[in-house]
Amino acid sequence: MSEGHSTYTPKTGLGRWFDARLPLPRLVYDSFIAYPVPRNLNYMWTFGGILSIMLVSQILTGIVLAMHYTSDTTLAFGSVEKIMRDVNQGWLLRYMHSNGASFFFIAVYLHIFRGLYYGSYKAPRELLWILGCIIYLLMMATGFMGYVLPWGQMSFWGATVITGFFTAIPVVGNWIQELLLGGFAVDNPTLNRFFALHYLLPFMIAGVVVLHIWALHVTGQNNPTGIEVKSKTDTVAFTPYATIKDALGMVVFLLFFAYFIFYMPNYLGHPDNYTVADPLKTPAHIVPEWYFLPFYAILRAITFNIGPINSKLGGVIAMFGAIAMLFIVPWLDTSKVRSAVYRPWYKLFFWLFTINAILLGWLGSRPAEGSYVLMAQMATLFYFAFFLVILPVLGLIETPRRLPNSITEAVLEKNKGGSGHPAGATASPETKG
Amino acid sequence: MKKILISLAAASALLVGAAAYAEEAGKAGEASHEANPTHFPIHKPKEMSWSFAGPFGTYDKAQLQRGLKVYKEVCSACHSMKLVAFRTLSDLGYSEAQVKAFAAGYTVQDGPNDAGEMFERPGIASDYFPSPYPNDQAAAAANGGAVPPDMSLLAKARGIERGFPQFIIDIFTQYAENGPDYIHSLLNGYDEQPPAGMTVPEGTHYNPYFNAGVSLKMPKPISADQVTYDDGAPQTVEQYSEDVSAFLMWAAEPHLEDRKKTGFRVVVFLLLFAVLMYLTKRKVWSNIAH
Repeated sequence: MSEGHSTYTPKTGLGRWFDARLPLPRLVYDSFIAYPVPRNLNYMWTFGGILSIMLVSQILTGIVLAMHYTSDTTLAFGSVEKIMRDVNQGWLLRYMHSNGASFFFIAVYLHIFRGLYYGSYKAPRELLWILGCIIYLLMMATGFMGYVLPWGQMSFWGATVITGFFTAIPVVGNWIQELLLGGFAVDNPTLNRFFALHYLLPFMIAGVVVLHIWALHVTGQNNPTGIEVKSKTDTVAFTPYATIKDALGMVVFLLFFAYFIFYMPNYLGHPDNYTVADPLKTPAHIVPEWYFLPFYAILRAITFNIGPINSKLGGVIAMFGAIAMLFIVPWLDTSKVRSAVYRPWYKLFFWLFTINAILLGWLGSRPAEGSYVLMAQMATLFYFAFFLVILPVLGLIETPRRLPNSITEAVLEKNKGGSGHPAGATASPETKG
Repeated sequence: MKKILISLAAASALLVGAAAYAEEAGKAGEASHEANPTHFPIHKPKEMSWSFAGPFGTYDKAQLQRGLKVYKEVCSACHSMKLVAFRTLSDLGYSEAQVKAFAAGYTVQDGPNDAGEMFERPGIASDYFPSPYPNDQAAAAANGGAVPPDMSLLAKARGIERGFPQFIIDIFTQYAENGPDYIHSLLNGYDEQPPAGMTVPEGTHYNPYFNAGVSLKMPKPISADQVTYDDGAPQTVEQYSEDVSAFLMWAAEPHLEDRKKTGFRVVVFLLLFAVLMYLTKRKVWSNIAH
């Protein structure tokens, strides 16, 4: 959306003085007030703003929690309980932080799936998309290390299992695992470095978020039609139009967040994590946090050796491969049309992919036995087929629906047909909001 | 939209079908091995109606006091409760003097004194419940090799998986009482007899509600009339187990009432805020087709 040099001049004398020396007022004005956004954005576009406040909330609650937390294996569990019982509003901070991680992931998954549905990763937004994938990777690392800090049973055994993946890598695997753990098993050095990294990574996320938003402000937002902005009538000013819509989205999201914090704060956690870590006692089922479950299912689906690759290494490759798919999506999708709204077959496969991802998540929470294994293998196969077969092939053979000439035309067309027709006929996803 | 809904419905049907299939497969396995079950607990815990459940739940102070009595006279012989301080017992409706007197009933090790020696003194309000055993090894040695778990967090550290689709329904019914339900059922499960053909390992006690096997090291811990209630509540195992489960929920989550009260205010505020935001948004966008 770069429209050449900014024409903004601050209204006050002090503002002009400041702007002439450091154009921060100009940057804020151009980025958050005058910045043009497509007029047809629906509520799925509010998750960027929601994710920003979740990041801020996690950092603020986290900093206060860190003031009361002790990263020592003999004291960590007790220090968390001290927060829960004796620190003023400590229970609130801690539940906000632990549920905040989950809601951060809920928001990021909706954000990612929105990108997949509307083809937001396609040129010229490939870097924007990849920066998002990097944020997601950093979030996973942060979430995993944060779960270890309370030093409960799942903390300990989850860390043992996940760091164990690295031993599958030939030659350097053991070395990497020992470097991560600071020893041969999960112990005090592990807890200390995880705490240090858990404090560091969110600030790295914040840094990549800046790049992500920067890239966004260069290319401008995608929109439900997937058609580029062509004229001024296609857009509205960020403030007040997008700001107020984002604010409404945030408040509604916070309502769901509050429901869990205050009424079912332990629903998304595992009861075993209220038992202090015991290296001599393995829990019956070791399960990671819910947001890792689809990848955990993929990891465990590889129960067979493939040539020189044993099942353990195969599982690790499949799991990391599943995440790597996201990075190369911009080049896997061959279709020239962005939005699923105009791609009937892609739309169908997108929803199948979504259901499949949820199914994988559920399978990840089941023990790897009996019919679950076969189901996980089939779901894993579909997961990869979606990226490696369906996305490239569909773009070549699918006949897209007629595209409107511009966002404005799409909006007007829709609004014209809005009256006197049965509701179902006009209610398509691009009309939401 | 219609198409999306149809494809969503079809896909969910697929998911439910797959889940049901897996469930069936699991059940078939269970039925043939009634004497050798592989999934625990054998029976799901009974869902009780707790005073602290739901959005306006509060602890029943009389019940907590009875539960404390059960803990003190029965459970505490083997189970520690290291994270709970006497001072917090004022939550149960006790006055400061009563809390002090209660604490003074315990002997606590303190020290070292000026002579460098550890000494014993009566408990004070800021002390924590003393543990029955000096360390885990002593606890294990006295209990057939199994350490009786610390009870401070037991009500949050236990919870039987609810399965599909119950775990989704639970979000809407706000079911968060897995822990007390489990403890209550376990305490009432000792009178059930093992099915014919089942071998219960020696030194353990059959209990179909136990989450990790057919039996556990802990024998039936409490029987009728073992604890005398002063408030006329029935002195039955059922009543004892309800009271002690409620007490353990308090011990694990002492700020539950505060949490739910704050939550109500937050939710009401956010609802009003959302309505205002919605109206403002409508006004702002009213002149723009979108």
